[in-house]
Amino acid sequence: MKYALYTGCVAKGAGRELLTSTYALAGKLGIELVELKNVSCCGAGVITEENPELADALNARTFAIAEEQGLNILNICGTCQGVMKKAQAHLDNDEDYKDKINETLKEGGHEYKGTVKIKHLLTVLTEDLGLSSLRNKVTVSLDGLKVAPFYGCYLLRPFETSDLDDPDNPTAIEVLTEALGGTSIDYEGKLKCCGFPYLMMKKKQSITMAGNHIASAKKEGADCMVTPCPLCQLSLDPYQPESAKEIGQKLDIPILHLPQLVGLAMGLKPKELGMQKHVVSTNKITAKIGC
Amino acid sequence: MSETTFKIQRFNPEKDKETYFQEFKLEIPKGATLLDCLNLIKWTQDGTLTFRMSCRSAICGSCSVRANGHAVLACKTQASSVAQNDQVTIKPLGNMEIIKDLAVDLTEFWKKVEAIKPWLMPDEKKETQTTERTQSVEEFLKIDKASTCIMCSSCYSDCCSMAVDKSFLGPTALAKAQRFVEDSRDKETISRIKELSEDAGIWDCTHCGECSQRCPTEAKPLDRIVSLRTVALNSGVTNNYGARHAKAFVKSIKSSGILNENTIPVASMGFFNIPGLLSLIPVGIRMFLKGKNPPLIHHPMQELDDVKRIFKKFEEK
Repeated sequence: MKYALYTGCVAKGAGRELLTSTYALAGKLGIELVELKNVSCCGAGVITEENPELADALNARTFAIAEEQGLNILNICGTCQGVMKKAQAHLDNDEDYKDKINETLKEGGHEYKGTVKIKHLLTVLTEDLGLSSLRNKVTVSLDGLKVAPFYGCYLLRPFETSDLDDPDNPTAIEVLTEALGGTSIDYEGKLKCCGFPYLMMKKKQSITMAGNHIASAKKEGADCMVTPCPLCQLSLDPYQPESAKEIGQKLDIPILHLPQLVGLAMGLKPKELGMQKHVVSTNKITAKIGC
Repeated sequence: MSETTFKIQRFNPEKDKETYFQEFKLEIPKGATLLDCLNLIKWTQDGTLTFRMSCRSAICGSCSVRANGHAVLACKTQASSVAQNDQVTIKPLGNMEIIKDLAVDLTEFWKKVEAIKPWLMPDEKKETQTTERTQSVEEFLKIDKASTCIMCSSCYSDCCSMAVDKSFLGPTALAKAQRFVEDSRDKETISRIKELSEDAGIWDCTHCGECSQRCPTEAKPLDRIVSLRTVALNSGVTNNYGARHAKAFVKSIKSSGILNENTIPVASMGFFNIPGLLSLIPVGIRMFLKGKNPPLIHHPMQELDDVKRIFKKFEEK
């Protein structure tokens, strides 16, 4: 299994433990990753607000570069995944538009043909690798660990371009958690917005939103939350003390990146997964599963 | 055929202190909509069950409720499509006060729609009252989707921003605003977009996409909000936190291909926003102590020249 890894900006910035844990997990599972280093930011839904065609062109360039290497794209950021799938739909649904965008790539020697598949690590694990294969590789069962999945908007909506089978009632993280021996829990905020997009501008609203979701997961007995999107992680983890204060509740719920949760079950050590970098300590959960 | 359990949230302000659920069992007739089922329950099981309805044809927008947590137009939803394991939970719309059972108070909702001045303000100097105000097909298509809104308030109900800030104008009013901002016959584009860029306006949306997902028509509020932001950014209405953030984001990508997380917070807050900048310090320290801060030296992407070339190409356009 070989993929073109699109890291996204956060895994190179304030969420470097996501990249660390992705490589550690890929090594363990025999997934070969070729990091795309000559590609730009996906635009995160922001560039498209100023200039939709520019945003599509930047993504088309990324797609073309992956195609040139004959590899499908693997995303580790839910936002990148959602933005890219939407850009790909714009290009694939309109030949004339695709030609127009390709015209802007030509000078750089690239052409988007439309052959590349764009997948998030979550579906690479649940579909490409498969749950039974993962189950066989578990060395540290997550037995007794109650995990609250937090999907993130971009992996779910719009449904038409979602990577998931049933984005209105997704089960991918749940079945993955169960395959690793853990227990997934259902809660109010599971499919809602983490508040990150306006964290810098509307802090009070944003941290309230995040706080409400963490509190609802805690109420249902979660030991930790896990997310396939590093922007959600940034909203739920580093700002958790502010969120707790804002909603007037003690929270203290560790927020794991997806490959960290899977990595633990594969026998990787917390440090190899960069878990010491979390603001909310993950010690409670690593002690619970005995690693 | 098996019976389906309709778990319906009830509340009568004259006798109940809080809401509760009541279960009704019903065999869903073939092809019945959710509204058909609510009517059957009302007619045959409990005449006091209260909900809004009128046209039964997805035109009037009266009968929205939440089925299994999500807003739906009851008359446009097949009951069988929302029944999971022979059960469906019905609640009133969210983000609004309950009047009785499934009927909610729409007062604030309508106030917000009125606040965006939902009427055409043409240039009276150029045209006389007797002249037709014509539009080309292209001009019409810009407002066509927003004009399909039936004011069912499904988007408003499920809006995540509204859930934490009741002052937010919300997706319905903003979608309606786009219909006038981008109307070629309207002369108040700039003054409208300036008002919409204020607090509680277009930049208070988190982009979560729930509104468009729950919209039963082609109005798709998120797309309309994005369209309004494009108008704001391209008409120079940028002296506000949202536009500043968007501008700083694009500038960062243009200069290094990838986002510089060290400069974005400062640029979004505004360089002279001292309280805002100070509020970043605690989380900054917390992240720094754990090594979760972005690298102090920001490295641009490889082959940046090609990305800069693409940016330039679009700027020339």
